[in-house]
Amino acid sequence: MPSPLSAVLNRDLALARGGGAGLGVVFFLLVVTVTPFAVGPDLPLLGRIGPAILWLGALLATLLGLDRLLQADHEDGGLDLMHLAPAPLELVVAAKILAHWLTTGVPLVVAAPLFAVMLDVGPQTSLKVAASLLLGTPALACLGAVGAALTVGLRRGGLLVPVLILPLAIPVLIFGVAASDPARDGFGPLGVLAGLALGYAVLGPVAAAAALRLLRD
Amino acid sequence: MSLLSPVTSLANPSRFAAFAERLTPWLIGATAFVFAVALYLALVVAPPDYQQGETVRIMFIHVPSAWLAMFAYTLMAIASLGVLIWRHPLADVSAKAAAPLGAAFTFLALATGSLWGKPMWGAWWVWDARLTSFLILFIMYLGLMALRSAIEEPSRAAKACAILTLVGSVNIPIIKFSVDWWNTLHQPASVIRAGKPTMDPSILWPLLIAAVAFTLLFTTLHLVGMRTELLRRRARTLRLTAAASAPAALAPEPAE
Repeated sequence: MPSPLSAVLNRDLALARGGGAGLGVVFFLLVVTVTPFAVGPDLPLLGRIGPAILWLGALLATLLGLDRLLQADHEDGGLDLMHLAPAPLELVVAAKILAHWLTTGVPLVVAAPLFAVMLDVGPQTSLKVAASLLLGTPALACLGAVGAALTVGLRRGGLLVPVLILPLAIPVLIFGVAASDPARDGFGPLGVLAGLALGYAVLGPVAAAAALRLLRD
Repeated sequence: MSLLSPVTSLANPSRFAAFAERLTPWLIGATAFVFAVALYLALVVAPPDYQQGETVRIMFIHVPSAWLAMFAYTLMAIASLGVLIWRHPLADVSAKAAAPLGAAFTFLALATGSLWGKPMWGAWWVWDARLTSFLILFIMYLGLMALRSAIEEPSRAAKACAILTLVGSVNIPIIKFSVDWWNTLHQPASVIRAGKPTMDPSILWPLLIAAVAFTLLFTTLHLVGMRTELLRRRARTLRLTAAASAPAALAPEPAE
């Protein structure tokens, strides 16, 4: 018999294979595509602001995909079963966040160096962007889980999650963009980003599980 | 025990409402009086600054607003603990009444800062670390109010807002630190004015009295807001009970 956590993980991964997981990457591509229309097709300029565009695109793609993290389980009653499961709700939520990140966060990290080529960001810098996204997207997913848990079951929850979570995600953005800066050497910002990811990995599941428990009718 | 009981008896919402009703006129009077004194000192008595001229008087509104903007969030964080740990009926009323006040004072601090910045910095807005942190605080207040208005049932809204307030209060030091770090990374120190190490008593005293006046204003508005919220909740309960005991004549007609 599989443990409850691996069951949740396998179920979410199987559901994601059913479709819809690639939509975040398409949104990411759209942000990258739209930016040159806004700032002009000036490659040196795009190369300079490329890491910032990639980070903004990944941030928005992560936050806009969050409404499906718990909403589908709320609709089909799976959330009630998770409340009854023998595993602590915090760990179940953590497993769900992990599955969500594997299916929506990792594709963004993989796609980032590809899109970096389109923005004429050098190979060194695009690797830096990918590394910072690898640490930053889990932090964003953990923070976003709190917003998803708070708005679960709300009729107008869609735009509310980004409004609630974006101000809290600003530190991740600041250190993520700083870690992608080609002019900076060393692991200072990347270390802070790792610290943020670890901190939010604790805060996110605990706060999200508390919200789910308290808001259960 | 005898000393504590008058305080604990205020935990009862209806006793609190009666107490607030009696206290409100006194608080309004005190606020008006201290405000008059503070404005007289700030606008007439305090000397213009030798560098900033008359614009220094904006500070007497700006600094107390900024302090109350942070005070309101602290109050909300403590009230949120009250909601989640003790499930106190007044804690959420206090948190709900404080949110729009906090947003208003944050906006006041941002607006007066902008008015001061135009003659001093030559721009209405600069991406200075303090301005940016306050802008984020303002957006967090708006987010909290949006979350509360999105949830219809008051007890669910109370818990959701309490969790978000506490997550925000954990995050505020991180945001403050990272914005400060970001600012030193991106900007030269030209716009950040040299901090005055000592403040002259002729300016410090009006500022302190203005801070007292603003705090009294906040207390008055908060108390009135809490009383209004208690009445609003009582009205909601009455409406719900009236609807529940309505005659069955309003029952929907059977479908075809």
